Amino acid sequence: MCYDVAVIGAGVIGALTARELSKYNLKTVLAEATNDVAMGASKANSGIVHAGFDAKPGTLKAQLNVKGCAMMKELCEKLSVPYKNNGSLVVAFSEEEMDTIKDLYDRGIANGVPGLSILSKEELKALEPNLADDVAGALRAESAGIVCPYELTIAATENAVVNGVDFVRNFRVKEISFADGVFTLKSDAGELKAKYIVDAAGAHSDEVAKLIGDSCVNLVMRRGEYFILDKAVGDMVSHTIFQCPTKMGKGILVSPTVDGNLLIGPTAEDIEDKFDKSTTANGFKTIKTFSVKSCPAVSVRNAITSFTGLRAHPVNDDFILGPSKVNPQFIHASGIESPGLTSAPAIAEYLVDIIRNAMGDVTENESFNGTREDVFRFRHATDEERAEAIAKNPAYGRIVCRCETITEGEIIDAIKAPAGARDVDGVKRRTRAGMGRCQGGFCGSKVVEILARELGTEINEITKFGAASNILFDKTK
Amino acid sequence: MLNYDLVVVGGGPAGMAAALKARECGIESIIVLERAETLGGILEQCIHTGFGLHYFGEELSGPEYAAKFIAQIEKTDIVVKTDTMVLDISDNNLVTAVNKNDGLLKIQAKAIVLAMGCRERPRGALEIAGTRASGIMTAGTAQKYVNLDGYMPGKKVVILGSGDIGLIMARRMTLEGAEVKVVCELMPYSGGLTRNIVQCLDDFGIPLRLSTTVVETHGKERLEGVTIAKVDENLQPIDSTREYIECDTLMLSVGLIPENELTKNVGIGIDRITSGAVVDEMRQTDHKGIFACGNVLHVHDLVDYVTLEAQLAGKGAADYILGNSDENPCYVNGTTGNGVRYLVPQRVNINNKDDVKIYFRVGRVFKNAKVVLEVDGNVISSKKKVKLAPGEMENVVIPAAVLSSMTADSSIVVRVEE
Repeated sequence: MCYDVAVIGAGVIGALTARELSKYNLKTVLAEATNDVAMGASKANSGIVHAGFDAKPGTLKAQLNVKGCAMMKELCEKLSVPYKNNGSLVVAFSEEEMDTIKDLYDRGIANGVPGLSILSKEELKALEPNLADDVAGALRAESAGIVCPYELTIAATENAVVNGVDFVRNFRVKEISFADGVFTLKSDAGELKAKYIVDAAGAHSDEVAKLIGDSCVNLVMRRGEYFILDKAVGDMVSHTIFQCPTKMGKGILVSPTVDGNLLIGPTAEDIEDKFDKSTTANGFKTIKTFSVKSCPAVSVRNAITSFTGLRAHPVNDDFILGPSKVNPQFIHASGIESPGLTSAPAIAEYLVDIIRNAMGDVTENESFNGTREDVFRFRHATDEERAEAIAKNPAYGRIVCRCETITEGEIIDAIKAPAGARDVDGVKRRTRAGMGRCQGGFCGSKVVEILARELGTEINEITKFGAASNILFDKTK
Repeated sequence: MLNYDLVVVGGGPAGMAAALKARECGIESIIVLERAETLGGILEQCIHTGFGLHYFGEELSGPEYAAKFIAQIEKTDIVVKTDTMVLDISDNNLVTAVNKNDGLLKIQAKAIVLAMGCRERPRGALEIAGTRASGIMTAGTAQKYVNLDGYMPGKKVVILGSGDIGLIMARRMTLEGAEVKVVCELMPYSGGLTRNIVQCLDDFGIPLRLSTTVVETHGKERLEGVTIAKVDENLQPIDSTREYIECDTLMLSVGLIPENELTKNVGIGIDRITSGAVVDEMRQTDHKGIFACGNVLHVHDLVDYVTLEAQLAGKGAADYILGNSDENPCYVNGTTGNGVRYLVPQRVNINNKDDVKIYFRVGRVFKNAKVVLEVDGNVISSKKKVKLAPGEMENVVIPAAVLSSMTADSSIVVRVEE
């Protein structure tokens, strides 16, 4: 069988592109190298919906950011993904930095960003009393928001699969050949055929492009480290707080997350190894120093975890989107660094437009349903909803993760969902079991048991995140 | 809605002893809510011995110790609901819980005993750089895998932290054929009981490296090794002492945290040092009718003391329900003097007619020191101690006669004299 389109990489770009493709009568496969969706930058970023004042006017980043920001709320509602329009503030600490704020404001206006204003120190402190006393003022962007980036990816993949997309995991593309207008993609797990390829392989998209002899994708790996702080301090600020940007990016932010934690980070450090997601002592120091500058009461004593994300920074500083010069049936979707998450819904439309135009007579899929069935979340339900859910399925009455109040029923749902969880981290990202303050100390072993039971395997076959990340060895003596 | 005189949250050693004591004091309508599948709490996975020496005068395993209380509970008509999680306690003692069979439960209580126990401090709370490989887990999680599930969580193990669970697991993993390479302890002293250091490390030739911590984890899928380093007097790693140790498992035994989310939601005052509620000598919190005991109140090293403390809470709750508690208590707060980190109870009702035992921990190791109790500046007791260590809970007693001489303006100080 030959697919019309093979999307390589189930990050937020690949997942939303696959979902966008499912709106048309096209046979699409979403091929992911690892054991789950959202395993690269899509699971480890700031989760910010940027307003769009950062990018240079005229760039793809500027155009797609503003468009994506406007699309995000409705998309998240349809896909039952947590989103909050909390607004953002770029804070200045000197008159010099206030000049930068004015430049950003002008750039935002040029980019067509709605809801921008410049705040005085007094206005700023009235809005965010926990900011440092030496703030000088800020740029406020009312259209900015926060979203859960991996839930968006998970939900988009689920919805794509429900609408007919095939999802293949553990399919790392190692060879691509082209004959008679059709690509053959080979991995250790087998091969796929497709007329079009969308290369949304994130940090590895340059390698994938090279498989067809296209070396135009030039990426630098930029490490970003973060701390997640306990929900007890999640309301320290209500807006996403940026400092003035530098050439390495938007700097260290302090932001609430949609789940009620406080996020601080990221650092920005160029590295060589694409698989190196380690955190560093220097990174920890940098985050502490700069987050305290914005918000003196922030303390990593409240940290519940830390993590690293790798952004694939394009050397030309703009998204690389469009047909390859080597083969126009190979579509690049590379260099998607910030504001990539915000732009993702717009990027998906942009890419699918290219494919539709190239293919000609593409018809709409009339049975497409863009709404994801509402996922039961015990922690958000009312007492009546809870009682009703438990009456239907008693597994919703058994709390597995105490810290986040996650039930066994929700974990089973996550495993059984289209493109569902296959490992402990997959359950964690879909349900939040293990994301609380004990970080899976109590529920980790229960999640392993439930995975083994639902997948019909032994508990020592269960991994943390696929490959050789097994949790248990042999039976005891 | 259900009505019970006493709701006990948690069916571990503290909850069981509190419920039994309240029963003995004449409370007829008692319900125990336990989130695990069985009563017994963490004791169920503690298959080593060393429990009960003080309370029963015999050496028992964890499950044996728990079984004695479970058997007593079963002889009564105390209602037990396992696999039941308490979600909320309201200001007027309305308890909301959930389980598979009953769905949502609303229980109106006259009094409540909080006995939720504690959890282990996870990796995220420590600043260990490096990868997120599998094979990094708390010692308690590893203990569950080995003792309850029957699977090995590792073969080459490094343990960070010399708390009692870490020490016990060093021995357990060794007996199961794993190689425990080293136990690292950040502080210059162990946080565990001396007997555990001797019986779990020394007897098996496992090195304990003090003032040493894990600074980095390695391995992209399964853990492949850790870098350890000595720390200076400010507990900062010394780069020149970095050393790579190959291992597939890092177990953390770096502290226990009382699980007081429910307590905080009710608005009960929390002691910053113990991370448990502020209580009086009957373990009543500052919210009338709500009592706390066991590891949710402060982390104990011996379950025997948990039992004794829970009995006080059970009696206090019974007195409260029966209307026998003091309507106009006169509280005096205890003060920590030199070398003392915390006191439990934090405050004492001087109208109390019995002796009051105050438990405490010291902040560092002392040798040949004295433990001094002062009331109103007068030394009430001064006891010589060959050794005092943070890992071993100590106590002093305020005699009833001294209490009766005190006034609202009195002071209580516990300190170490070197």
